[in-house]
Amino acid sequence: MAKHHVTATVNGDGVEFLCETDETLLDVLRNQLGLTGTKEGCSTGDCGACSVTVDGRLVCSCLMLGVEAGGKSVTTIEGMADGETLHPLQRKFIEHAALQCGICTPGFLVAAKSLLEKSPDPTETEVRYWLAGNLCRCTGYDKIVRAVLDAAAEMRGA
Amino acid sequence: MQEKVKDAGGSEFTWVGSRPDRPDGVDKVTGRARFGADMAMAGQLVGRALRSPHAHARIRSIDVSAAQKLPGVKAVVTRDDFKDQPSEFIPAGEMMINYRDVVRNVMAREKVLFEGHAVAAVAATSDAIAKRALRLIKVDYEVLPHVIDVVEAMKPDAPLLDETLITAGVEPAPKTPSNVAKRVEFTLGDIDAGFKQAELVIERSFTTKPVHQGYIEPHACVASVSEDGQAELWVTTQGHWIVRAHCARLLGWDVSKIRVTASEIGGGFGGKTVVYLEPVALALARKSGRPVKMVMTREDVFRASGPTSGAHLRVKIGAKKDGRIVAAEAELKYQAGAFPGSPVQPGCMCAFAPYDLENVKVVGYDVVSNRPKVAAYRAPGGPIAEFAVEQVMDEIAKSIGMDPVDFRLKNAAKQGTKAAYGPKFGPIGLIETLDAAKAHAHWRTPLGKNQGRGVASGFWFNIGGETAVSMSLNEDGTLSLTAGTPDIGGLRASLCMMAAEELGIDIDKIRVQIGDTGQLGYNFLTGGSRATFSSGMATVEAAREVMKEACKRAAKLWELPEDAVEYVGGAVRPAGPNAGKHVPMTLKDIAGIAGKTGGPIAGYARINAHGAAPSFATHIADVEVDPETGRVWVVRYTAIQDAGRAIHPSYVEGQYQGGVAQGIGWALNEEYIYGTDGTLQNPGFLDYRVPVASDLPMIDTVIVEVPNPRHPYGVRGVGETPICPPMAAIANAVCNATGVRFTALPMSPPKVLAALDEARAKGTAKI
Amino acid sequence: MRYEAPKSLDQAVALLAAEQGETRVLAGGTDLLVQMRTDVIEPVLLVDIKGIAELRQIKEEAGGFRIGAAVTGAELKEHPRLKTVWPGVVEAANLIGSTQVQGRATMGGNLCNGSPAADSVPALIAAGAKASIVGPKGRREVPVEEIMLAPRKLSLTKGELIASFLLPARAPRSSDAYLRFIPRTEMDIAVVGCGVCLTLDTKDTCTAARVALGAVAERPLLVAAAAAALVGSKVDAAALEKLDAAARAACRPIDDKRGTKDYRIKVAGVLARRAAQIALERARKA
Repeated sequence: MAKHHVTATVNGDGVEFLCETDETLLDVLRNQLGLTGTKEGCSTGDCGACSVTVDGRLVCSCLMLGVEAGGKSVTTIEGMADGETLHPLQRKFIEHAALQCGICTPGFLVAAKSLLEKSPDPTETEVRYWLAGNLCRCTGYDKIVRAVLDAAAEMRGA
Repeated sequence: MQEKVKDAGGSEFTWVGSRPDRPDGVDKVTGRARFGADMAMAGQLVGRALRSPHAHARIRSIDVSAAQKLPGVKAVVTRDDFKDQPSEFIPAGEMMINYRDVVRNVMAREKVLFEGHAVAAVAATSDAIAKRALRLIKVDYEVLPHVIDVVEAMKPDAPLLDETLITAGVEPAPKTPSNVAKRVEFTLGDIDAGFKQAELVIERSFTTKPVHQGYIEPHACVASVSEDGQAELWVTTQGHWIVRAHCARLLGWDVSKIRVTASEIGGGFGGKTVVYLEPVALALARKSGRPVKMVMTREDVFRASGPTSGAHLRVKIGAKKDGRIVAAEAELKYQAGAFPGSPVQPGCMCAFAPYDLENVKVVGYDVVSNRPKVAAYRAPGGPIAEFAVEQVMDEIAKSIGMDPVDFRLKNAAKQGTKAAYGPKFGPIGLIETLDAAKAHAHWRTPLGKNQGRGVASGFWFNIGGETAVSMSLNEDGTLSLTAGTPDIGGLRASLCMMAAEELGIDIDKIRVQIGDTGQLGYNFLTGGSRATFSSGMATVEAAREVMKEACKRAAKLWELPEDAVEYVGGAVRPAGPNAGKHVPMTLKDIAGIAGKTGGPIAGYARINAHGAAPSFATHIADVEVDPETGRVWVVRYTAIQDAGRAIHPSYVEGQYQGGVAQGIGWALNEEYIYGTDGTLQNPGFLDYRVPVASDLPMIDTVIVEVPNPRHPYGVRGVGETPICPPMAAIANAVCNATGVRFTALPMSPPKVLAALDEARAKGTAKI
Repeated sequence: MRYEAPKSLDQAVALLAAEQGETRVLAGGTDLLVQMRTDVIEPVLLVDIKGIAELRQIKEEAGGFRIGAAVTGAELKEHPRLKTVWPGVVEAANLIGSTQVQGRATMGGNLCNGSPAADSVPALIAAGAKASIVGPKGRREVPVEEIMLAPRKLSLTKGELIASFLLPARAPRSSDAYLRFIPRTEMDIAVVGCGVCLTLDTKDTCTAARVALGAVAERPLLVAAAAAALVGSKVDAAALEKLDAAARAACRPIDDKRGTKDYRIKVAGVLARRAAQIALERARKA
């Protein structure tokens, strides 16, 4: 069966790729587009390391087929900084030591950015529940939550 | 420039004890950092392993012919591609391994000993073809009865994994084989006499289940072997010199032929101190003549890499009514998995280590059973033993009506205490952590409905080990530092800080990298809480060498004797009577004259770091129990631990919090669930339940500092101790909330509710 | 494996009816992709229904709501009115998986995946929702409780797919609630799920109720006896006790890695009580 020819937008750039039906968006991002910032932790949608946004919606890229991305706008961790300027969440994660090994960090940043876009002043509980689909085994989540709340405050101009 | 940081001891540091941004942070928050699966080599093939569906079976034959013929398949390997290894024990992290077992763990030979045991592997041009090829491999198994539980495995009629295994450590040696690989014993004083003095004796049995380290990054590597046998291996690992050693040994290649580069590592916790895919990937790469990338699926990680032991323990403690412990005894039975080598020995050593005891006897059994071979998991063996001991401690305190912290203080080990496992402690911080617990607001905060508070102490030794570090002074006065212990949680920041502190320069002027095995002498792995301690010690030594050399060069230039020049405040200057005679030279100035004064300036430290000192902790946990469903929440947690000296406090706090989170998961929900057929029922993050963000409260931390006198900055390794107290702290808290003591882990809701209902029937439940 | 993305229901039905091999409807894909990856199923044809407008809409209809089968949980939550009128249905759909999963998962998929533990199903059943099924022989409306027969077994025939769910017009002083029990706070498959929908009269007496349980039998259950315990009562302690007992009596669960028989039975009663109390509070304010 011939591969699907897909055109989409990734991090603001037009892309074209070929993929088999059963290749996931995660496979395509990492293996075809060279965007290895999005990580594979489980491929069953249970860890969130593969989080991206599709048309502004936070999803697990391991739960989407590459072919489903046709005509859609995908944003990955590589699209988070603005040129040389880190997003406040990125800065706050470093400042608060909200990462140790760093494998879950791209997923958390993408997920947290999505949260703050929808809810600029979340409570600690809201942050924890929004991020429940992102597993971290190193930090115990404490510094991650603090970093997100601090970034939210900065972004609100508080 | 950084403001000086005042430390508890009164001396001032510029960098040590502060919280600068870590140097590898930007790469990690932008997705630039390259982990194991993020490498691709031109022309690479996909490697996949065929794994046993049976928990225990003899392999009659393996027929790979159909797989080999499949278009797109470039190589197939089986046990025939790995020479058998004679029995030989070598250290690996804090445990011993045997190459005879390693070669079998990597690729099954006579038998498969656990579901998931690799029996063959293929390299193909695509993942789809690799998967198809695996289905074409025919393995003829003779399925055998299996045994998984440690107590079952010790029974005389249990199925045997190794018909030649005779228990070591028993005199006279048994005549018949069993699944008990080893018996160990640690004694102090006279246990019988001790118990005779006791006015109160409590004896309890406990069981724990196997749990996995749960790193989010699966095992991954890319191997490439050229036609002249030079091999490159990119791998996520805690110890690339170890990986090199294992691969060289298993493949029969010179060590120098293999260059291993450690990628960034997405979590290890001990589980990435061994090899699984790497020798196989190299063998496939050699055979196919192309690079081979192998990445474990999450299911394979759970099925085929090493969770820690499940265990059965019995603990008996005798005390006087005034709170002095007069005798302590424990019997620990730990699962080793498919091959000998559980952490029962460190478990035995740890069990009563926080206490100053005259009469102790701890006996441990290392038992094989049909589940994956145990790999190290953060303080291997310790949390299990401490779960049991700290609960009995709690029960004794309750029985004599003594505050549990006071009871521990009354028996606390301190400087000069002889530990049951041998050495006398130097300065240690257990008492300081207990005092800090008592003084903490958490200890005084009133509890709500259905809530309970528990406390537990914990201990872990730390190790030093072989370490090599290289520091070069660049032409512009900046420095390049190469270390060899993979950075699993902020090491590079700490090394930069120690180097900057020594050299009196800005941390921004030092760039640190983790070198590959071709760039440095042997480095023992990141484990045993040794990285900041050992690589830090070596970094300091290397920095001092650079400073010494800088002085030498200036002395040459100024025509002064070497000892008439000193390095102070980031610059070299004449000392003593010659002071003021020459303008001080910064490292940049020195670098400018390096060529004409003797050549490049570098410091190279190659040490076997000694003097690692243990880290003690005391934790306080508050839980709330839903009386109708048995669900347990942790509502507040405080982790207090002695770091010796916290180089970068944020990363020390991070170690405390991470260990606590793993301990909470171990206490409440994590376990390996086996079916009656010996297959793993929950090989995924859906049903292997690690804590998620909404499960946990903020985890408060207190860093106590009782400096280790044998490290230039007083550092103690801190990474492992934090996982030791949580299970007991939570069990003690649940007991205080419910009136029911849980001796079996995990304390999952069905078990809690059933126990509550039983207690209610007896009238002993508090809720 | 073929992938087709029809733009109309007729096209979708034709594709599903014509293919003799294993076919699957692709909506959110959050169960499907996992099953494909672990080789639990190997379809030869995937029919992506997300391009069919009707399946992606939420419309007010006959005083109620018609929700397209391919509307995601996140979209349900963002609808301005739906969560006020049907908080139980919306919260149930938003308990599935994680935020990421809710960004894709649909109630159609959640039902048709055929797991008795599906979170949105007890809430839909309690709500009295009807599934609008389209197939080669035309359209039919079926109460949601009649769709799942057993694990992975549905009452749909070849070529049929669910196009939408109709939530009926709400009587005044009515509301619903969904609770599930899981060992963690998020991310687990329900050990027990319970949806309760009730209506009160002006004197706070319950005049109508529906109670549904998930994960306690081979299919989600509509428990008439549990509803009967509430109707005619003020949903007081005595009624709740009867409700608890009726819920427990209806269970026929299994022991598995997520819970034991006994545990599920006990907790079913507990959740029924708690869900009823939440529905009561909401109905009083409705």
